Amino acid sequence: MKHLMNIEGLSTVFYTEEGKVAAVDHVSFQVREGETVCIVGESGCGKSVTAMSIMGLVEAPGGKVAGGKIDFAGEDLLGMDPNTLRAIRGNEIAMIFQEPMSSLNPVMKIGEQIMEPLMVHLKLNKKQARLRAIELITQVGIARPDQIADSYPHELSGGMLQRIMIAIAISCNPKLLIADEPTTALDVTIQAQILDMLREFKASGGMSILLITHDLGVVAEMADYVIVMYSGKVVEEGGVVELFNNPKHPYTKGLLKSKPVVGQRLEELYSIPGQVPNPLELEPSCYFHDRCEQCLPVCRSRQPQLKELDGGQKAACWLYEEAEVHV
Amino acid sequence: MEANSRMTGLHESRVQRQKSSLFRQSLKRLMKNKLAVAGFGVVVCMFVLCFIGPFFSPYTDNKINMTLMNKAPNLQHLLGTDALGRDILTRVMQAGRISLTVGLASMLLSVFIGALLGAIAGYYRGIADQVIMRIADLLMTIPSLPLLFIFGALLSEWKVRADYRMYIVMLMLSIVNWPGLARMVRGQMLSLREREFMQAAVVLGLRDSRKLFHHLLPNVVPLLIVMATLNIGGAILSESVLSFFGLGVMPPTPTWGNMIDAANNMIDFQDHPWLWIPPGLSIFATVIAINIFGDGLRDVLDPKQKR
Repeated sequence: MKHLMNIEGLSTVFYTEEGKVAAVDHVSFQVREGETVCIVGESGCGKSVTAMSIMGLVEAPGGKVAGGKIDFAGEDLLGMDPNTLRAIRGNEIAMIFQEPMSSLNPVMKIGEQIMEPLMVHLKLNKKQARLRAIELITQVGIARPDQIADSYPHELSGGMLQRIMIAIAISCNPKLLIADEPTTALDVTIQAQILDMLREFKASGGMSILLITHDLGVVAEMADYVIVMYSGKVVEEGGVVELFNNPKHPYTKGLLKSKPVVGQRLEELYSIPGQVPNPLELEPSCYFHDRCEQCLPVCRSRQPQLKELDGGQKAACWLYEEAEVHV
Repeated sequence: MEANSRMTGLHESRVQRQKSSLFRQSLKRLMKNKLAVAGFGVVVCMFVLCFIGPFFSPYTDNKINMTLMNKAPNLQHLLGTDALGRDILTRVMQAGRISLTVGLASMLLSVFIGALLGAIAGYYRGIADQVIMRIADLLMTIPSLPLLFIFGALLSEWKVRADYRMYIVMLMLSIVNWPGLARMVRGQMLSLREREFMQAAVVLGLRDSRKLFHHLLPNVVPLLIVMATLNIGGAILSESVLSFFGLGVMPPTPTWGNMIDAANNMIDFQDHPWLWIPPGLSIFATVIAINIFGDGLRDVLDPKQKR
């Protein structure tokens, strides 16, 4: 499959009062055409910031993309002039946010908000845009599209609003859809509907999805390829089946183990001991070393690099660097 | 079957309710506030009286009639006559036209300037913000009344034609009023631009102008309406003060302010109260009514002010 987006060495930093924080640190990955890539990790691991960097939402003076390349369909998103970037945003790359309630403008009618990208990017006139908007509302499975188009966001439920967000996102047939925890704020039954809908549109429109989530259930259901992030770095990546069946990195193993399993009611759910390291106090070590059950001496002093292992998976862990392990 | 149709009937009525716009919802809530409605009623009456009333008066030519000097209220002249024999009621109505127009026009102008500059300052921040807000600060540091007096004195000094003065007074009042509005709009913009729906707008690839005028400004409109309403009262009051001191609109063009000027004269003040009580009451009633209505509007449109 062809690469749609190729991210190489992406680094994003934020300037805080205590100092510079590298929220995303030399992250590289690819999204192929028609593929769903999931980025997983706990809060603060840099998964959302990765998405924001792709969309150009990291704004000076708070932070900036410090380095790397984001190649989208042959063009570098980072070095692009604002006008070209604007033509790509919303048109070829669309994004869905975590909180549907606050992602829609409270004083604009739903219909107008769907019509906007249609008029801006596809140059439809008002009438055509309105017809298309109503079609889109029907497509995302909402009844009475005419009335919904004339209502305001506060009149709809969270699940409906997330559907509307999806309608807006797919309105211009994007090549890539970035979904930043699209189901986190919704209840479980709605979650399933939303995920199904995303899968459906992916299949019919041939778009790629970059799904950001902390929910391994969502990953198992949606992903073709999984990227596990920890402290701003990619620690493991691979196909969804391999990664779930045969996790390599101790962090991934821990994540998978902390999932509750029906029928095995334990005294206490498994959790990875310790806390995510403070991003201000990172040392040249494996960032996971103090929480790792298989920590080696080398883990405390040197950072492992992402390496391809047999089976096509990649992991950044000293356990798999034979030379050092057997010292 | 029947139950079914009743169901759809129910459904229909719910749909009808859903269709009601934000405007209609606000109107409904406003109607519950009796005081605000009364205030609005007084304002409307004032407008009707001033703009339509003079058509029914036989004294609109303002002819000087020495035989009718300073007559107390009587059947021919319901509110009496002034020192030049002109009908006070007619003059109060004609003065109201000018005063209300000045109030409305200067409000519109200051809202326009204030919203535009405030939006630009809040949205772009940086240099634009610095320049606009420092100018606003400068205007705000000078107490507005002395500033208006200086402007008014300059107008007299430059011998500006009497019929232009009305327009210049409008302009002066706007210049004094826009900084407060700009400051408020800027504050709102600063917080609104960080909201998630603005990130969503960025992600949609919208132009700055579209983000500013389609997405951000409509969010400020409720607050603007409230501020604008309260602003009219202030503008009417300022105009009256200026005209009272002979620095605003000049006679023979009547305004409520220059009509109360009669109270400056001890004899008129004591012996001819019909000269200054009607215009004074007009100012009082109009401004109070506008402020009550404005407060009512604020309760409806600006939920943050509610406890």
